Amino acid sequence: MKFMKNMNKTTKQNMMTYAMVIVAYIVFQTLSVTGNLSSLMQGLLVPLCTYSILAVSLNLTVGVLGELSLGHAGFMCIGAFSSAFFTACMKDTITNDLLRFIIALLISAVCAGIFGILIGIPVLRLRGDYLAIVTLAFGEIIKNIINAMYVGLDENGFHFSMKDSMSLNMTENGRIIIKGAQGITGTARQSNFTIGIILLLLTLVVVLNLMNSRSGRAIMSIRDNRIAAESVGIDITKYKIMAFAISASLAGLAGCLYAHNLSSLTALPKNFGYNMSIMILVYVVLGGMANMRGSIIAAVALTMIPELLRGIGEYRMLIYAIIMIVMMIFNWSPKVKEWREAHSLKGAFHKKNVKEAK
Amino acid sequence: MKKFLSMSLIVAMTVATLTGCGGGSTEEKGGADTLKIGSMGPITGGAAYYGTEVKQGAQIAIDEINEAGGINGIKVEFNFQDDEADAEKAVNAYNTLKDWGVQMIVGATTSDATISLAAETANDNVFQITPSGSSVDCVTNPNAFQVCFSDPNQGIASAQYIAENKLASKVAVIYDSSSSYSSGIYENFAKKAKAEGIDIVATGSFTADNNTDFSVQLQDAKNNGAELVFLPVYYQQACIILKQAADMQYAPTFFGCDGLDGILGVDGFDTALAEGVMLLTPFAADDMAQATQDFVAKYEEAYKATPSQFAADAYDAVYVVKAAAEKAGITADMSASDICDALVEQMKTIEVEGITSVEGVPMKWDENGMVDKAPKAVIITDGAYKAM
Repeated sequence: MKFMKNMNKTTKQNMMTYAMVIVAYIVFQTLSVTGNLSSLMQGLLVPLCTYSILAVSLNLTVGVLGELSLGHAGFMCIGAFSSAFFTACMKDTITNDLLRFIIALLISAVCAGIFGILIGIPVLRLRGDYLAIVTLAFGEIIKNIINAMYVGLDENGFHFSMKDSMSLNMTENGRIIIKGAQGITGTARQSNFTIGIILLLLTLVVVLNLMNSRSGRAIMSIRDNRIAAESVGIDITKYKIMAFAISASLAGLAGCLYAHNLSSLTALPKNFGYNMSIMILVYVVLGGMANMRGSIIAAVALTMIPELLRGIGEYRMLIYAIIMIVMMIFNWSPKVKEWREAHSLKGAFHKKNVKEAK
Repeated sequence: MKKFLSMSLIVAMTVATLTGCGGGSTEEKGGADTLKIGSMGPITGGAAYYGTEVKQGAQIAIDEINEAGGINGIKVEFNFQDDEADAEKAVNAYNTLKDWGVQMIVGATTSDATISLAAETANDNVFQITPSGSSVDCVTNPNAFQVCFSDPNQGIASAQYIAENKLASKVAVIYDSSSSYSSGIYENFAKKAKAEGIDIVATGSFTADNNTDFSVQLQDAKNNGAELVFLPVYYQQACIILKQAADMQYAPTFFGCDGLDGILGVDGFDTALAEGVMLLTPFAADDMAQATQDFVAKYEEAYKATPSQFAADAYDAVYVVKAAAEKAGITADMSASDICDALVEQMKTIEVEGITSVEGVPMKWDENGMVDKAPKAVIITDGAYKAM
């Protein structure tokens, strides 16, 4: 206890975040192994990790860097397709499942990171609404390009077309890997809860350590006052691109996890389009800017609520929307915050009311 | 405080899930005197129409079966889950059904959802028959079957029909390149058309993001002198295509697939525009067959709407399950895996005459799980579907 008290406040907060994830892992893993977990929950474990990683990674751009990005699903899409493509190509060459999956994870992170840098160079010169619009366009472009892309593999090597699968000119025993709008099918299921949690912890380590590093403080200074940051010699473009690229490659990891959890991967507006980007932004906003623990909790809550509401049938989505509005008001409305502080449990225990929200 | 709330929320949800699980297992024991059929499809979101049709069509079949005494005298329970036409949500919907104790699955409604569902059911060895998932990838596993035509079959049958009846020699195609249904049909149509000597003079594609203006594609077809425009699209887009073609005074023959079914029921659509449109569809609501008439009457009475092929496919799918289950002698206390093995065996031998098959030619299934049935060509005359 004394050790806890002497610890730096930030470190304490970070430790609590890690502890929360690890405790959740132990609880769910135990329940799952002992057979006490419903099938629905077992199926949800990997998606929960995926969305938590996405929320934490977007929080790096939105909360820490302070730039509104609406193209996060685009990076996830790149990660998903690059890794699924790799897995499909290497199915017979690399037979060790785990090794292949780890390489696929690396590939997804690298590809998404490269795109993050490429997009970041021109885009991060913009600010505010303009940046939001361009990232939004980027996400849509990625989705549409993948929908029009045909890639096949036969003994002569790769064939590529943007028109249709006939113009690939494949030989008899070639197989089409990316089939345009039909995407990649038959990806073996390799994601599991343990890998998901490891990736989530990795994401947290990267993001939380970055926030408390020299670079992280530089990034936050850009958010807080750009002119002041520039005047003390901080290279704005460099730090912006750094945050953006890290955020993108972490989203790529989430994409890989997503792609290897389902046997059909298609770039639909629902899973990789604008709606998804907004959904990730909702996790971040609900959880709190630059509050990683909040992002995870929000992602988990908002993914689970529609599933737990299945019992009420047709009104499910309506109730979901209402719950979301109520949660937003409860968490962030100034009047409610005032009321909450006045009636806080914490206030009853401690004399000093620690204001948590940033 | 916020932390406390978040934590209590998590605790509450964990408890809710666990109790949900406990409830499921008791139900499994208590429900040993009924057969549990699960189904899924989108009943929220943009594709909600299809899921709703499947849900209602299947419900009618289930009610009929229960009224007539059930399958082998065992009553049937039906549970329909929303999958939002999404691969990931389909897995969630399937897991919900699993917690409920599902024994056979009639689903999913859309192709992507069906493919991801098929991976799960193959893993658990659960019998699955999709009413309307038309991609070939839906039935790659031995436990999965289709009631509708697969996309390649539709494309091939369309090209064959056009060639055999000499409808046109110059053809244009307008298709949705972002939809697996539409691009799947188009590709196989194009292959077959080449073999049959039909000349595809113009190919216009669009995506889900720009599906409200087709004047460019139509102009292209017109300039290249296409006598027939093949539309492997859904009726929402076909409405606009027909309207725009009429506006530019371009009147080729329009030929579509089962996605066009339902075009006459669109609010505010001038059915005169659809005059002469031909489509290959397994089901026409005005078919004179007694079974079809009965189904349509029941559907209209219950849901105040005319059923489309989605409802009809789902209705047939339930009866296919019934036919196979009766032949296999399924009992309520069998596990889903045992039922699956027994049904898969019977699916190769059964012949079912349904409302989506031509009278006198029952549906059969090949070893791949694809249905073998004759397509029906209908032409729209005087604002109604007429068999050709």
